[in-house]
Amino acid sequence: MSEFQIKKSTVVYDAVIVGSGAGGGMAGYVLAHAGLKVLMLEAGPFYDPAKNSDQLRFSWESPRRGAGTTRPFGDFDAAFGGWELEGEPYTTKNGTDFQWFRSRMLGGRTNHWGRISLRMGPKDFKPTDGLTEEWPFTYNEIKPYYDKVDRLIGVFGTVENIESEPDGIFLPPPAPRLNELFIKKAAIKAGVTTIPSRGSVLTAALLGNKDRNACFYCGQCGRSCKIYADFSSSSCLVIPALKTGNLQVISNAMVREVLTDKNGQASGVSYVSKDDNLEYQVKAKIVILGASACESARLLLNSKSTAHPNGLANESNVVGKYLHDSTGSSASGFLPQLLDRKRYNEDGVGSIHIYSPWWLDNKKLGFPRGYHIEYGGGMRMPSYGFGAGMHNRNGLVPGPDGKMKEAGGYGVALKNDYRRFFGTEVYMAGRGTAIAREDNYCEIDPDVVDKFGIPVLRFHYKWAPDEYKQAKHMQETFKEIMHNMGALGAEFKGADTGYGLEAPGKIIHEVGTIRMGNDPKKSALNKWCQSHDCKNLFVVDAAPFVQQGDKNATWTILALSMRTAEYIISQRKKLNV
Amino acid sequence: MNRRDSLKALGLGTLSTTLLLDACKPKPEKKVVAETPAEAQPQTPPQATDTNPGRQAWEIERDKQLQAQRFFTSAEMAAITILSDIIIPKDDKSCSASEAKVPDFIEFIAKDMPEHQVPLRGGLRWLDVQCLNHYNAIFAECKPAQRIELIDQIAYPKKAKPAMRQGVAFFNRMRDLVATGFFTSQIGMTDVGYAGNAPNPQWAGVPADVLKQYGFTSKV
Repeated sequence: MSEFQIKKSTVVYDAVIVGSGAGGGMAGYVLAHAGLKVLMLEAGPFYDPAKNSDQLRFSWESPRRGAGTTRPFGDFDAAFGGWELEGEPYTTKNGTDFQWFRSRMLGGRTNHWGRISLRMGPKDFKPTDGLTEEWPFTYNEIKPYYDKVDRLIGVFGTVENIESEPDGIFLPPPAPRLNELFIKKAAIKAGVTTIPSRGSVLTAALLGNKDRNACFYCGQCGRSCKIYADFSSSSCLVIPALKTGNLQVISNAMVREVLTDKNGQASGVSYVSKDDNLEYQVKAKIVILGASACESARLLLNSKSTAHPNGLANESNVVGKYLHDSTGSSASGFLPQLLDRKRYNEDGVGSIHIYSPWWLDNKKLGFPRGYHIEYGGGMRMPSYGFGAGMHNRNGLVPGPDGKMKEAGGYGVALKNDYRRFFGTEVYMAGRGTAIAREDNYCEIDPDVVDKFGIPVLRFHYKWAPDEYKQAKHMQETFKEIMHNMGALGAEFKGADTGYGLEAPGKIIHEVGTIRMGNDPKKSALNKWCQSHDCKNLFVVDAAPFVQQGDKNATWTILALSMRTAEYIISQRKKLNV
Repeated sequence: MNRRDSLKALGLGTLSTTLLLDACKPKPEKKVVAETPAEAQPQTPPQATDTNPGRQAWEIERDKQLQAQRFFTSAEMAAITILSDIIIPKDDKSCSASEAKVPDFIEFIAKDMPEHQVPLRGGLRWLDVQCLNHYNAIFAECKPAQRIELIDQIAYPKKAKPAMRQGVAFFNRMRDLVATGFFTSQIGMTDVGYAGNAPNPQWAGVPADVLKQYGFTSKV
């Protein structure tokens, strides 16, 4: 007999959760605190920011000085993963492009994310332009959960009374940096609303929480925080949930499929352990997917059975469809008035300090919906790339002697240029609504498996003219703001580069692949993120999104997951689980 | 936990916090390493550490493998060292690029990012052939004045002759790598005056004198 066999656990958990990011982490937190026996499977290693973060390391502690050779956002960034994973390919179809970012680690992408924590607004849930499907609930129905997430996790911001940008329960925002004062002045002159950002960083103590500490402003949220001052699912949800004794985490467990019984109900999942390379099956009364929008869709499509021949929860045939990432386009330059500026610690928070919520009426713009702008700049820690392209900048301004310089150069004068230019950069990035389209999708590639033998995803994604027009508008806005503050060295992207519109997936806000709705023919999940076809199956990541606003997805994932977990608790008897 | 406790949890007690904060205050000029070149030495050579819990095993293994390899020949390293010090020489504030171990960084980064290999190796060779044609010696064996005569033809992209554009591209790359290598070193970060990467719990935005300098009346 072959040694290759499947190890089947006899324990039946109340719930098994696949994934430990924002969605999985919140579901685990709520259910474990309610007394359910929960098993969480994470495809990567255990990760505790208190122990594993590279916070407060200097660039010289990295042989590549913090460059992104093995991690796209740099050597100290808290993402074990990237757009490419060894042995875990994905493919694309008909010459289209999609870039799929995966973090294999406890807490997933929440360990390194930008902590920009925006609520979607009333019209994001119930659009009035008729272009996309409505969500199966209103802003007012989700608002109490946003409020609870604000209180549980903490978010800074300011009350602004902007209808499309609902206010939350805010901690004080961090004071802006010098560059941001220039940006704000220039943006307001351009008619662009600019307000303090909203970020899940504890700028003050969080009421009732003794495990997390207030921020000490190192500007390194991307590395995850050793004192839990920012939100990571690992530090703020999963690790606290473990303390209840009701949650068990199995790390390095790559889930293969959702198992179903003869009635078509979910009965557990199968996974391959990366530790011993063996196959396992675990049983649970409820299966909750929080593996990320595309990974959860992949799991359902790979979970075919007699009862679910089109994949699990897919009688509607929408699983994998309506995939959409935010649009993104950016510009950077420098402020000549900041040459030779005074030095002080300007790290601030690792999230952004100011931003511009969408400020226009679309009716006259020629493209639907809108975007927000994130800003940055200042005296950041020099790392790989510092000083690059000086020959494009030092010829644009007079030297210390007041005379224009020949661009480029070398020697003592050049060395002094790097000092003069330090901290003069300004950066702006638009993040906009991309329309959820049936023709942008992921599906199972019929020919390709990953190193575990799991069939992989194949993507088909094309930007439409709407998104290019939006990116063009972003570039025009950036140009005006840059001009208003006298920024130099900025290049604005034109039609030849698609107005700098990033490839789909590059903004890492992908959502929509297992969408919810009231009509089982047009949606996979009901308004509680519960499968229409398989009542003990729930999805708690960004896959249930019907249509993303221009707002970053995480705060809505958290609110939705909390709401779904509370629904599960209230329905346990009815569900007979 | 209050902030003091949280700093302790980080391994930064009251004493070390003070030291860290003090270390980041602007220093009097006389403490700058340029006047004490011996201080250029204690910089820890970059190496993968098994004790770093933030790294994945495959990353540690990869770094070890790269560090065991050698890409540039000793002749190439000699030229890189000369070029590094032409680009960032010692001045009255800090030491030269080679004293800050920039050539070692360039050796590592060429292995870490193979896309640098052909442009750097080819560029060095291009430089040697130019020097052989003009001065009958490779770059490293030219006289300093001859080297500068050649560098002047490739260091200024806008006025360089079209025939020198490959040299301009090479020198732009070298300039970028030398600047990054220097200013990301401990010496370079001190030089440029980066004051962060330390607990700064009282962050209150732009200091009052700086606000005034730039004509801002309020912080928000």
